[in-house]
Amino acid sequence: MLTPITRVALAAALAVAVAGPTAAAPRKKAPERGYYDVTRMAPLTDQKGDPVKGRDLVVKKGLCLSCHQMPIPEEADHGDVGPTLDEVGSRLQPAELRLRIVDPKIINPDTPMPSFYKKELHRVAKKYEGQTILTAQEVEDVVAYLATLK
Amino acid sequence: MKKSILAAAGATALAAALGGPVLADPPFDPKDPKFAAYISGDKRSGYTFAEPETRGMQDDDFTNPGFLWVEKGQKLWSKADGSANKACQDCHGKAEDNMKGVGASYPRYDVRAQKVVNLEQRINMCRVDHMGAPEWKYESDPLLSMTTFVRHQSKGMPVTVQVDGPAAPYFEAGRRFYYERRGLNDLACKHCHEDLWGMHMRTELLSQGQANGFPTYRLKWQKLGSLHRRLAGCNEEIRAEPYPLGSPEYTNLELFLAWRAQGLTVETPAVRK
Ligand code: HEC
Ligand code: HEC
Repeated sequence: MLTPITRVALAAALAVAVAGPTAAAPRKKAPERGYYDVTRMAPLTDQKGDPVKGRDLVVKKGLCLSCHQMPIPEEADHGDVGPTLDEVGSRLQPAELRLRIVDPKIINPDTPMPSFYKKELHRVAKKYEGQTILTAQEVEDVVAYLATLK
Repeated sequence: MKKSILAAAGATALAAALGGPVLADPPFDPKDPKFAAYISGDKRSGYTFAEPETRGMQDDDFTNPGFLWVEKGQKLWSKADGSANKACQDCHGKAEDNMKGVGASYPRYDVRAQKVVNLEQRINMCRVDHMGAPEWKYESDPLLSMTTFVRHQSKGMPVTVQVDGPAAPYFEAGRRFYYERRGLNDLACKHCHEDLWGMHMRTELLSQGQANGFPTYRLKWQKLGSLHRRLAGCNEEIRAEPYPLGSPEYTNLELFLAWRAQGLTVETPAVRK
C-alpha cells in the first residue's frame, strides 16, 4: 500500500499534470485559509457517534471498502485506490476525519473520494437528487468507528 | 496523468511487497509479443486487462460471440429496404473493400448534417436519405449488427479521427465531459480511467477505459452492445443521470475517446467481462 505521504505527493503531481494543456477544467482557486480551520468540522450533531453502527456503514452504505483496506476480515476484496485505514485513528483526529468524509475535496481538489455530506453536485441521478450519501448522524457514526482504528 | 505501463506494474509489486491486498490480476507482461498489437506507448487496450479466457474468446473468430452480429450485419448489407428499394451494397459495393478503414475514422464531422456523427448515426443517415427507410432505433439489433459489421472491416487498423477544423467544438465538449465530475459519487471519467487504472475498486480492476473494441460483446450483458450503452453504465455506477444513447453528449464523448485511443487498433467485436 502507498503511504499517505506518497499519496499526497502523487496527488500534487497529479494536480499539476491535470492543470496542464490537456485539462479542460480550470484550476481551482485555493480556498480561503479559514476553510481549513478544523473547528469548522465540529460534530454535525449533538448525539455522539456510534462506532458499531459506523462499522456497518463503512461496509454497506459508505462503500468505503471499494477503495480502502480496513480491518474488516469477513469482507473479501478490499480495494486499493485509497490508503489503508487500518490505523487511521492514530494518524487523524476526529475533526480531521470528519472533514475528510464530509468533503475530501477541501484537502485534495482532485481526489476520487466522494464527498459524503455535500449537496451541490453535478448531474446526480434523479432518484438521488437533493440527497447526501450519508446523513449527519451517519457521518458521526463513521467518524466514531474510524477513531477506534489504532 | 501520464503513468507508464512499467510504473503501474511496479506499484502493484510494491503493494504486494508491503502486504497490501493482493488481488490476482490477469497476467500481463508489456514485453510479451502477444500483447504488442494491444499496446501503443502508454495506451493499453482493455484486452490487456481482461482474463485469459476472455482474451481467448476474442482471439478466435469461431468462439467470439460478437461474430453473430458481424454475420447478421453482413446479411443486411445486401438486403434492399425502404421506398428506394436499395441495399447498402447497391451504393457501396463490397464492404470488404469499400468499408475498410471507414469505421476507424468515426465519429466524424459530416458536411451535410453539419455536425459530428458516429457510425450508428451515419448508417441511419444512409437509411433515411438514400434508401427511404426509417432509422433503426439506437441499440436495436439491426443497428448494432450493421455498426459491428462495418467497423469490423477496419479490424487491426489504427483509430484515426479528425478533431480539428469543424470537429473542434465537438471534441472540446467531449473532452470537457471526460474531466467533469458528476453523480452522487462525484467522479469524472478521468478519475477511474486516467488516474486509477491498474488499481482495484473491490474486485474490479480498472482499465484505461479505451473504446477501440466497440461494439463489444459483454459477458455481463450476454449480448453485444454499443459504446453509448457502456457509457451510460459507467454513469449509472457513480449514480449520475445518464444521457440518452445516441445523444450529442455521448457522441462528443465518443469523439474524445476515439482521439484518446489513437494508436490502438480497432478490435471490433471485442469481448469483455
Ligand atoms: C472512490 C474511492 C474512495 C472511496 C469510495 C472512499 N475513499 Fe477515502 N480516500 C480515497 C483516496 C484516494 C484517499 C487519499 C487522499 C486523497 O486523495 O484524498 C482517501 C483518504 C481517506 C482518508 C484519509 C486517510 C489518511 O491517512 O490521510 C480517510 C480517513 C478516508 N479516506 C476515509 C474514507 C471513508 C470512511 C470512506 C467511506 C465512507 C471512504 N474513505 C471512501 C479514496 C476513496
Ligand atoms: C467509478 C469508476 C468509473 C468511472 C467514474 C467511469 N468508469 Fe468506465 N469503467 C469502470 C469499470 C469498473 C469498467 C469495467 C472494467 C474496465 O474496463 O475498467 C469500465 C469500463 C469502461 C469502458 C470499456 C473498456 C473496454 O475495454 O471495453 C469504457 C469505454 C469506459 N469505461 C469509459 C468511461 C467513461 C467515458 C467514463 C465517464 C463518462 C467512465 N468510464 C467512468 C469504472 C468507471
